[in-house]
Amino acid sequence: MSSFNNKYQEELIANAAYIGSPGKGILAADESTGTIGKRLASISVENIETNRRALRELLFTTPGAFDCLSGVILFEETLYQKTAAGKPFVELLKEGGVLPGIKVDKGTIELAGTNGETTTQGLDGLGQRCQKYYEAGARFAKWRAVIKIGPNEPSELAIHENAYGLARYAVICQENGLVPIVEPEILVDGSHDINKCAEVTERVLAACYKALNDHHVLLEGTLLKPNMVTPGSDSPKVAPEVIAEYTIKALQRTVPAAVPAVVFLSGGQSEEQATLNLNAMNKFKGKKPWALSFSFGRALQQSTLKAWGGKDENIKKAQDAFISRCKANSQATLGTYKGDSTLGEGASESLHVKDYKY
Amino acid sequence: MSSFKSKYEDELIANAAYIGSPGKGILAADESTGTIGKRFANIKVENNESNRRVLRELLFTAPGCLECLSGVILFEETLYQKTAAGVPFVEVLKKGGVLPGIKVDKGTVELPGTNGETTTQGLDDLGQRCKKYYEAGARFAKWRAVLKIGPNEPSPLSIHENAYGLARYAVICQENGLVPIVEPEILVDGSHDIAKCADVTERVLAACYKALSDHHVLLEGTLLKPNMVTPGSDAPKVAAEVIAQHTVRALLRTVPAAVPAIVFLSGGQSEEEASVNLNAMNKLQGKKPWSLTFSYGRALQQSTLKAWGGKDENIAKAQAALLVRCKANSEATLGKYQGNANLGDGASESLHVKDYKY
Repeated sequence: MSSFNNKYQEELIANAAYIGSPGKGILAADESTGTIGKRLASISVENIETNRRALRELLFTTPGAFDCLSGVILFEETLYQKTAAGKPFVELLKEGGVLPGIKVDKGTIELAGTNGETTTQGLDGLGQRCQKYYEAGARFAKWRAVIKIGPNEPSELAIHENAYGLARYAVICQENGLVPIVEPEILVDGSHDINKCAEVTERVLAACYKALNDHHVLLEGTLLKPNMVTPGSDSPKVAPEVIAEYTIKALQRTVPAAVPAVVFLSGGQSEEQATLNLNAMNKFKGKKPWALSFSFGRALQQSTLKAWGGKDENIKKAQDAFISRCKANSQATLGTYKGDSTLGEGASESLHVKDYKY
Repeated sequence: MSSFKSKYEDELIANAAYIGSPGKGILAADESTGTIGKRFANIKVENNESNRRVLRELLFTAPGCLECLSGVILFEETLYQKTAAGVPFVEVLKKGGVLPGIKVDKGTVELPGTNGETTTQGLDDLGQRCKKYYEAGARFAKWRAVLKIGPNEPSPLSIHENAYGLARYAVICQENGLVPIVEPEILVDGSHDIAKCADVTERVLAACYKALSDHHVLLEGTLLKPNMVTPGSDAPKVAAEVIAQHTVRALLRTVPAAVPAIVFLSGGQSEEEASVNLNAMNKLQGKKPWSLTFSYGRALQQSTLKAWGGKDENIAKAQAALLVRCKANSEATLGKYQGNANLGDGASESLHVKDYKY
């Protein structure tokens, strides 16, 4: 094979396929300490370890949530945290049939000589870190590459560096038993139209799959976490059906069918928008040789956070908001979402933050 | 989209899809004058224009055969030839629901500094030639790139040159209304095993699709003509199911679902082998987001040529032999081929010629 010979091969293939199970998707709960601080600040909650632990416990113990989730991405700190009763989060997830995942990149830094374009760090000692995470119970990983659209962007350099960084990360993960989520996020910022987004998305994804091939990555043991193809944030909106058509066409043109599942990021979309768009994709008639599911962070947690406000007495209300979004997205993976979920406060709120940094 | 905007876009998409119609495939009758000369020598027929015309008329008027075909690839001379009754071949084909195709490459030349590796010529003024061919009735084209497996082959140079040559040819075709068949043939010569062939095939196809993306080719308006994944000609044979598994896996890992059909070349396989292998692929369970069909030259014509021997009185016999192979391959595209009880003389004969040059 063009992929290298790996003792974890069967496991990688099984885990990647499992993540794409119908009716399930990923909760991205891997906000770094800095980023979760911004979220907590917006609901006037102090950014301390115990609050971060309490938030994640709220999410992971929501009754029924695990039926809608095949994986949860964690930040390193969370991988080692426990419930108030002392049960490791990782065990809680596993008991619930949810694979624990781990964010392994170390953020972006600017590429010299470009107009604010970036590459992603985190390759140094990555193998050893992956090994440790596997021992702690993680079974998949995530690495976010960031690309932007502009008059001269993305440059060839930005595309190449990000694609080859992703590929190197991916093969190191596989060497250590972790399914790599390949995330080449093209930011929604800008006034470009949907055609421009499609063009850039296709170019970036083609480069990614060439890089993955060069690096002998086993595609059957990977996942893709792309942006949906949409107009820029400063451009007029279009219907979910249009987003679905452009997105699937882009994927048909670039993502080999060996990839078991595509787990979309939500970018700046509101909870409801993200769900409606995912639903439209699963209703779309046409070739779709991969599962189309979600890996949502903000688009799963926004109304939950608002409902919680850091107060114990709000936990039940917050969990109700959370299960509502989980169920909506679970239905969206089946194309059966009717748009009738009880919209929690904030569910329609755009979550777009210009030049978003995790 | 990342493809350029061609005025022929809808037509290209429709024609490419038509070629992949269930139960149909391509007859490769585009042997150059030199190559058809070698075939004629085998059956002691003089290589003159009249005989070349008679052979092709025999093929195109064989009762029942056009129903099994969606396309026929022609050499330039044949594009302008007519039946004895004066009907242009192109019209005979069109009336029979068969798209005429045209070979547009000008053969291979060696790459200096390599161990006998080659690139393909034919780009000069290709646009004008394509326009002319379109006016003459052609609706698809073919360009054969050749790679070989050896201790240090294929080299990165050979892969790059052949992939980018194919991509440039492909976009020029689309600019002029012709569906390009992308043919990166990896020769079967050698003693390597099937795993090696798979590895090389995946690497070559990944390079091809990157090149096609770079050149803004509309994948929905292309076809792929690859080798099947098999052991080398000097290595022990394997079962058809093994060939099917390795081949489909290689394609799943590299060929985007936007490509409507894959039309295999027969390489040195006998008529029967080529049908049985294609059949096995269509019986294989699993993802196959493109049609899997044939584009056979030798593997459709071998027993026909033997039966004809250049004699008018043998024409009916020869046409019957062709129909047997056409039907066999038509059934193979549906996974319904039972294996042939009526093997024509030569149907099991290997058609392998070392270092085959068209």
